[in-house]
Amino acid sequence: MTAGLTARMRVRRGGFDLDLDVAVAPHQVVALLGPNGAGKSTALQALAGLVPLTDGAVAVGDRRFEDTAGRLRVPAERRGVGMVFQDYLLFPHLTARDNVAFGLRARGVARRTAHAKADAWLERVGLIAYARSRPGALSGGQAQRVALARALVVEPDLLLLDEPLAALDAGTRIEVRAELRHHLADFAGCTVLVTHDPLDAMVLADRIVVVEHGRAVQSGAPSEVARSPRTDYVARLVGLNLLRGKAKGHGVALECGGSFVTRDTVDGSAFVAFSPTAVALHRSRPDGSARNVWHGRVVGLEQHADTVRVQVDGPPPVLADVTTAAVAELDLTPGAPVWVAVKATEVSCYPA
Amino acid sequence: MPASTSPDHRLVAARARPPLPLLVPGLLALGFLVLPLLGLALRAPWRRLPDLLTSAQVLDALRLSLMCALLATLLSLLLGVPLAWLLARTDFPGRRIVRALVTVPLVLPPVVGGVALLMLLGRRGVVGQYLDAWFGLSLPFTTAAVVLAEAFVAMPFLVIAVEGALQATDSRYETAAATLGASRWMVFWRVTLPMAAPGVVAGSVLCFARALGEFGATITFAGSFPGVTRTMPIEVYLRLQSDPDTAIVLSLLLLAVSVLVLAMLRDRWTRSGLT
Repeated sequence: MTAGLTARMRVRRGGFDLDLDVAVAPHQVVALLGPNGAGKSTALQALAGLVPLTDGAVAVGDRRFEDTAGRLRVPAERRGVGMVFQDYLLFPHLTARDNVAFGLRARGVARRTAHAKADAWLERVGLIAYARSRPGALSGGQAQRVALARALVVEPDLLLLDEPLAALDAGTRIEVRAELRHHLADFAGCTVLVTHDPLDAMVLADRIVVVEHGRAVQSGAPSEVARSPRTDYVARLVGLNLLRGKAKGHGVALECGGSFVTRDTVDGSAFVAFSPTAVALHRSRPDGSARNVWHGRVVGLEQHADTVRVQVDGPPPVLADVTTAAVAELDLTPGAPVWVAVKATEVSCYPA
Repeated sequence: MPASTSPDHRLVAARARPPLPLLVPGLLALGFLVLPLLGLALRAPWRRLPDLLTSAQVLDALRLSLMCALLATLLSLLLGVPLAWLLARTDFPGRRIVRALVTVPLVLPPVVGGVALLMLLGRRGVVGQYLDAWFGLSLPFTTAAVVLAEAFVAMPFLVIAVEGALQATDSRYETAAATLGASRWMVFWRVTLPMAAPGVVAGSVLCFARALGEFGATITFAGSFPGVTRTMPIEVYLRLQSDPDTAIVLSLLLLAVSVLVLAMLRDRWTRSGLT
């Protein structure tokens, strides 16, 4: 197998500015995770050759796709990448078989061979019974599988997935996500996945690059990103409270005022992270063992599945998950004063 | 239930009598459009119809007309579809002017088109003089001239219909095809054209109908030689003085073709609406 993808992408379009470096090893899945408008899709289009780079270079192994310094730019149709679009873009006038065979036919493969390979892939994604169906007759999950087969049948070195699960309903999504993971495990090339869903990224990717405002703000293994968020966006995605400050030993002087005791020892600028479930709320000052206790005011309440997420202003402001019973007992309403307690053992601290 | 009240309102409004200042002119307009066709049917020599329809002159004119209109449509497809694609899918300086130029033959009196074709391709025309001098080729007053005159007048219908269909199809499918390795030509042939097919068919039918009825440009540029350039509309015009029955029969024939074209278009449009 060829070596991995290396990309240094700078795209300037209108007021938007993307500046992103991505490296993906063969057999590896990298997720670009970020909010809408962060530039993830632009990055994917640049890799596919659909958007020209303002500056930078893209190569898969020794195959150079684009290099602004060398004035080299291979057009999309000669890059041989596989791409799955958010709304699949299956050709409506072609059968599922002809859709999957399209890339092979474009490469000059004889019709009979192309159809045989397409059928093998349809078999693999469990849709051989739909070989003669038009995309209009397929469900969302089925269309997604055909789109994946269409991208993979040409055995690309690079697979690009643009929000591949975003158009599916919740039930189908779980199933298709598991299947996609299975197919990606069998795929020998590099995969770049664009998503705004942290769960997609956690389940499917070996490495996550968080993109905000056209820049990579954090990257690492999914567990690492989930444990130690470095921006408010990531913290919100993975459901953690995130605070910033100056650490010295176990203590952290917070930027927003107040101080915190954590289980880790760090020196210098640091992040403090803890789960909303680790936050306890009291009506009067608690005299337990909790090392972090402060007084705040309830700002908002939000019902989740079986807990209520309480937003408390600070300093420091935090989110707390409490039971519905606790809400009634403590008489938590917006504006109500409340005491907040967090045990130091529940709080992680890492250098910024 | 608010959903059921609005159709009721509409029903009431529809049942109320329309005001006379709208009703009377409306009915007059309808009569004005339909009655002449009725007159044509009433005056038709129905008993002699089979004989007239199979007479040599009628069959000659019919054969020539169908052939020329078909060739003009083919020519329009061959040249007009690429022009429509250029207008819909590429960006070049002066594209808006080009689009305006394409529509000129739509509003130009056909006889002016015929004169213009003569000025270009006639024996002393800008290009025609060289065709004559170098190849001994003289276009005016030949069947080829009929095809050219008809294509000149009818092609804009096709270009505009196809361009509209191309604008309406999502170009991201073409992007998807490109990522699958398809060359631009293959994208056009396997994705763009099939997806715009309903529009291409509708445009071709319109183009054919317009070519079949073409009179002014044809008689100016191609003249009126029986069996060579005398198409049905010209035959109708000439017969009206000498042999009105044949003229009426030919008119009925053209009317039948028009009705057929309308039916085909309707069928196409309803079917394309489903996909």
